[in-house]
Amino acid sequence: MSPLFQLDHTSLIIHVPAELDHHNAEEIRKGADDMMEKQNVRSIVFDFSNTNFMDSSGIGVIMGRYKNLNFTGGKVLAVSVSPRIRRILTLSGIHKIIDIYDDFPQETKTV
Amino acid sequence: MKESNEMKLEFDSRSSNEGFARVAVASFLTQLNPTLEEVADVKTAVSEAVTNAIIHGYGNEVHKITINCRTCEDELYLEVIDQGRGIPDVEKAMEPLFTTAPEQERSGMGFSFMEAFMDELKVESEVGKGTKVSMKKKIGRKDSEYEEE
Repeated sequence: MSPLFQLDHTSLIIHVPAELDHHNAEEIRKGADDMMEKQNVRSIVFDFSNTNFMDSSGIGVIMGRYKNLNFTGGKVLAVSVSPRIRRILTLSGIHKIIDIYDDFPQETKTV
Repeated sequence: MKESNEMKLEFDSRSSNEGFARVAVASFLTQLNPTLEEVADVKTAVSEAVTNAIIHGYGNEVHKITINCRTCEDELYLEVIDQGRGIPDVEKAMEPLFTTAPEQERSGMGFSFMEAFMDELKVESEVGKGTKVSMKKKIGRKDSEYEEE
């Protein structure tokens, strides 16, 4: 399993890399969809602890996973979000459909 | 005379150059003593324009993208140019959430982000000839949106 992804019970945690742009969006998209196909994934947690750059390609990745998971009633979260990442999420309007946390709340692991 | 400085970049429209382009512009920009937030704003805008050129302008084929960058006093002028397909309806393309590539999971937020993070945005395009995105930003403002939050 790639270290980008971690499965905790039914939560798929995606450790978003330092930069999330069009160039590496595809890897995350494919990897996450692969995990969702093989495992019982009920929620996806985007962990932004190590991320200092994200553009609209990242929004596309989150939106796409949200759509896939929404079919099965799952949930998408963004955690360890810096002010910069929060601003990008807010501008895109995606904050209305996903839960955003500044820290990494323990309970997110078992939602 | 006003102090100005210029640079020009030309590179292949490969996605691996997206990071290179925004870092190159950001390091040119450091001469104006920008805040971290201003650097992040410019990097995001460059990334959006270059990604558009790669995906939409050239349809993921490899051709050349040009970035013209100029600073004048405390202002940054940026042009991102491709000789690709062009945009049939620029007004439509600039609408938030509009995208011609939903299958590639494009969010349709590229131009909205450029508009949000820069002070001025102009898009000139001709079908079959290419697209020029021109942006301007004043550097060294005291107010910060982060501090307001």
